[in-house]
Amino acid sequence: MVYIESHNIITSLGWNTSQNMENILNEVSGVKACNDKSLSDDVFPVSKIDNNILAEKLSDIVNPSDYTRLEQLAIISIKDSLQTSKIDIKDSRTLLILSTTKGNIDHLDEDNADKFPADRLKLWKVAEVIAEYYNMSTKPQIVSNACISGVAAMVLAKRMIDAGTYDNAVVVGVDVLSKFVVSGFQSFKSLSSIPCRPFDKNRDGLSLGEGVASVILTNNAELISGDKIEIVNGSMTNDANHISGPSRTAEGLYLAIQNTLKDGDTVDFISAHGTATPYNDDMESVAVSRAGLQNVPVNSLKGYLGHTLGAAGVIETIISIEALKRNMLIKTLGFKDFGVVEQITISDKTESKQLKTLLKLASGFGGSNVAAYFKKHD
Amino acid sequence: MTKQGIIKYIEIADKTVSINGKSDFTGEDEQFGPFAKSIYKNYDIKYSKYFKMDNLCKLGFLASEILLKDIDLSEYKPEEVSLILANASSSLSNDNKYQNTIKEQASPAVFVYTLANIVIGEICIRNNFKGESTFFIQKEFDTDFMANYVNTILQTTKAKVCITGWVEVDIDNNYKAFLCLVKRDNDSLLLTKDNLNKIY
Repeated sequence: MVYIESHNIITSLGWNTSQNMENILNEVSGVKACNDKSLSDDVFPVSKIDNNILAEKLSDIVNPSDYTRLEQLAIISIKDSLQTSKIDIKDSRTLLILSTTKGNIDHLDEDNADKFPADRLKLWKVAEVIAEYYNMSTKPQIVSNACISGVAAMVLAKRMIDAGTYDNAVVVGVDVLSKFVVSGFQSFKSLSSIPCRPFDKNRDGLSLGEGVASVILTNNAELISGDKIEIVNGSMTNDANHISGPSRTAEGLYLAIQNTLKDGDTVDFISAHGTATPYNDDMESVAVSRAGLQNVPVNSLKGYLGHTLGAAGVIETIISIEALKRNMLIKTLGFKDFGVVEQITISDKTESKQLKTLLKLASGFGGSNVAAYFKKHD
Repeated sequence: MTKQGIIKYIEIADKTVSINGKSDFTGEDEQFGPFAKSIYKNYDIKYSKYFKMDNLCKLGFLASEILLKDIDLSEYKPEEVSLILANASSSLSNDNKYQNTIKEQASPAVFVYTLANIVIGEICIRNNFKGESTFFIQKEFDTDFMANYVNTILQTTKAKVCITGWVEVDIDNNYKAFLCLVKRDNDSLLLTKDNLNKIY
């Protein structure tokens, strides 16, 4: 069995898991109007990591100027995760998995192009730089599978540990804001002009965000004190329908859920992808309903942190695991009036509830879908 | 544990298409664009969506068409066919193209291809494959990891067939595709690191 041992989240809402969790339980959103000409000529709502605080945190890194902003964030996140971990990151039984969609793509811009060697645009190089920083002895793997990357990386870690290839894995999900990404989503007309409203009838697009999260997984239950959270199963599937639009029948996500849940598995809550684009949220409601989970509380965390792309799956899984431990359902911030095509149950207030299991979903460009199932053991 | 066998493999590199290690078609042009066009013509492929694709998707799509030619997968359900691919440059060739559109007018038609895994989506759409799929980024084709992971997928998930390999187009449009068709419970050419190293 594979368990979550330790984790860290860095976003606009804090520099570790507990700061993020505290803000989210207090219904604070990090999505705020941003007037940064290096990202966009327009003012737009976004969840951004504070560069002034990052500058202070750089004293935690040896030779910080050797690393890009994205690499600095990944290194700081892993460092915090290791502080409460008992695994040895240098061990030949520990694997690093990097989840990112665009890595150092901000360095493709001619204004940044000469600051680092050109190979830093390669995602394998980013992983190599992080692995070398921590003197790791194994070759890292990189999952770059659009917005499902983070959850997919955790499922991959579980599979590689189960296969006996490794005992531990450090999964780090990271993406930073760039003009490249912001202009792309603007060109797609998929950004909302106000903070996003997942599953709401007036939702009109997503909010972007940036973030990094790291999680340490292990097959050694003895390393963990208190409640043990197990990653039980997971599956990555494809819609075979369209490269940028979700399937109307939710085929891929439905199959991912079917592949993930075994007979008799109960689900206490669902952490959806919930980007607040009209099509994504409708599609998820179809998948949840087709899977017979229409009475299970569903939330989206995008109203707190925006869509952090390759980091999203790791960040949202960690927050949901904390919710599981604390027996708290988290409300879908931005949601007011029900507005998806299938009747599902949207969490609309933050409240106490006995929780034991969690289903995490994500979908992305390329018709990709993922589901992962987590269980709390006392 | 079941054994997995490679039943067919193809390579597109150095203006040549090879099937199971034997040269099958050689183009005249060194450049990827004209060479890809000559493959499309030579193998009599007809697929209108092809013309919208970026170079990475074109390469992966052409390789999959040649790999699956004369192969009957109709006994398998869509969710039993898996795609596990990797490359070194992600979508950097198209990323570069997109970056150049930002100054004037950012192009959504180019932006949609700024993810490596779109090639998996294109192959799935063409063939109605819905099984386990993941795109990995590796410095070089990591035969040890890929053999291990694809064996794991075929032994522990619903997947009974897997298309796996390397689909790379770098920022200068240098290209290489290598795809294998792997089946569960098959001992033709076992899916191992050593065998992949021999045929890659």
